[in-house]
Amino acid sequence: MEAGGIPTISVHTDKFHRLSQSVALANGMPTQRQAYVPQPLVDKSPADLRAYIEGTDPVSKHPFMQGIIEGLTKPLNDNDLKGQSFERSTPRLLEPDSEDNLRQLFIDNHWTDFLPIILPTEDRVAEMLEGTSRKPDEVVGQLRPTAFREAWEFTVEKVAVNAVMAGCKPEYLPVVLALAASGTSARSSSTNSFATISLINGPIRNEISMNDGIGAMGPYNHANATIGRAYNLLSINLQGGSVPGDTYMGTLGNGYNYSATFAEAEERSPWTPFHVGKGFEPDQSTASVFFGGWYTQAGYGPRDTWKEKLRRSLAGCEQLIAPIFVMDPIVARGFVDLGFDTKEKLAEWCAENAQLTAREYWDDQWIQTLRHPLAVAGVEPFASRLAAAPDELVNMYEPDDISIVVAGGETQGNWKMIAGDYRGATVVIDDWR
Amino acid sequence: MTEKITVHDPRGYPPKVDGKRLAPRLQSLDGKVVFLVDCLFDNSEVFMDQLRMWFAENLPGIQTRMIKPRESWKDDPDMRAEVEAEADAAILGVGL
Repeated sequence: MEAGGIPTISVHTDKFHRLSQSVALANGMPTQRQAYVPQPLVDKSPADLRAYIEGTDPVSKHPFMQGIIEGLTKPLNDNDLKGQSFERSTPRLLEPDSEDNLRQLFIDNHWTDFLPIILPTEDRVAEMLEGTSRKPDEVVGQLRPTAFREAWEFTVEKVAVNAVMAGCKPEYLPVVLALAASGTSARSSSTNSFATISLINGPIRNEISMNDGIGAMGPYNHANATIGRAYNLLSINLQGGSVPGDTYMGTLGNGYNYSATFAEAEERSPWTPFHVGKGFEPDQSTASVFFGGWYTQAGYGPRDTWKEKLRRSLAGCEQLIAPIFVMDPIVARGFVDLGFDTKEKLAEWCAENAQLTAREYWDDQWIQTLRHPLAVAGVEPFASRLAAAPDELVNMYEPDDISIVVAGGETQGNWKMIAGDYRGATVVIDDWR
Repeated sequence: MTEKITVHDPRGYPPKVDGKRLAPRLQSLDGKVVFLVDCLFDNSEVFMDQLRMWFAENLPGIQTRMIKPRESWKDDPDMRAEVEAEADAAILGVGL
């Protein structure tokens, strides 16, 4: 709009001051006019919001409306007229220093997960690069902390650097490259404290001795742990950062952000592997990513009251993001005994029975922000859910929204539902060997 | 003397920043049309409506119009075109 000759001012909540300033800078408009009100906006009454408008901008400390009017009327100054084009780059190598100083530098720059790292010396990175036939300077892709932030580009070598930091072996590098190539960050900047869960299928699981048994989703295997860690570290460093208040706004944080990569127990599952269900060949090795990771529910069974348990659990999942339903092989076989001889049949049952009243469905910050406009525009299935009476039950998900994966060591019939929006992101690892 | 070593920088490559000019400001908002752009965040509509009412009560010489994009977080060229064609200024809110 500014480019179209319309003076504008943007209003944000004060917790987003630093973020809004850095986005303005990255967009070449560092003096873009901004005004701030207190956080939160959500759940505030009209009277509360009027008080914000009639009150003080918590960033400028001046009356809010004074800032609004001045933002649209005060003449531009020399700074505004400068134009702020600039090249940016990052060096390939850092200035030489002692190990201790370099470790501290990495921590101070928010380049780590605050656990000790393996310093990425030239020798170590060169050795890591032997894990792939791809050239070091080949561009792998782009990552960004969220859809409306700038995208940073990165090469095979940069992925290898982060893989070294995480403690990966060279034979893991194709998996790490595939995760990087997915284009989905494991460190979203969202206030929701998202994480990205990643699933590995195909022969590579056994080639690099990944774990799909006891402790499959925990820190009990070198490949699982370091690959998941590498995905997080590269997400931080290849997307422009994951710094609280700027490129990370997750209010609670998320333990899955350390590492959340596991392998499917294909050989012990009664069902088709996840990647085959998505159209890949059984002998292809793939990495699938699931965006969300911010709610986790668990249970046992299926027992006599399995329907009631699943209905309650599904209703407890957040409306915007359907779950990955991860279950031990004992549980999977139990569902087969109940007649669910395919994952698709179970996903259909879950989608049919994941219901809330329309009142509850729409009483959600993200459903209001992201789904309500679609419903108003007549987009299904949201339009029908909006048209429902307040106490009418509406479905939360479509069958394809729900992903079913088998993993675990058969010590207990245990399952988890973890927020996981699949988004069609499966990358062939073999392309990165 | 402590041995020094050389390590790789772990960061990716940011895009070039292309500077953009701000539009000239208005001498006054009196008699002008100010579009209130509801960015669709939860409760933004209520906030922008309170803003509309504030203008009506305190600065009635300023005409405000509410507008919103079709979808959250996606550019709406039709909406931008309408603002650029009919507005003298715009207030966008609320970004969270």
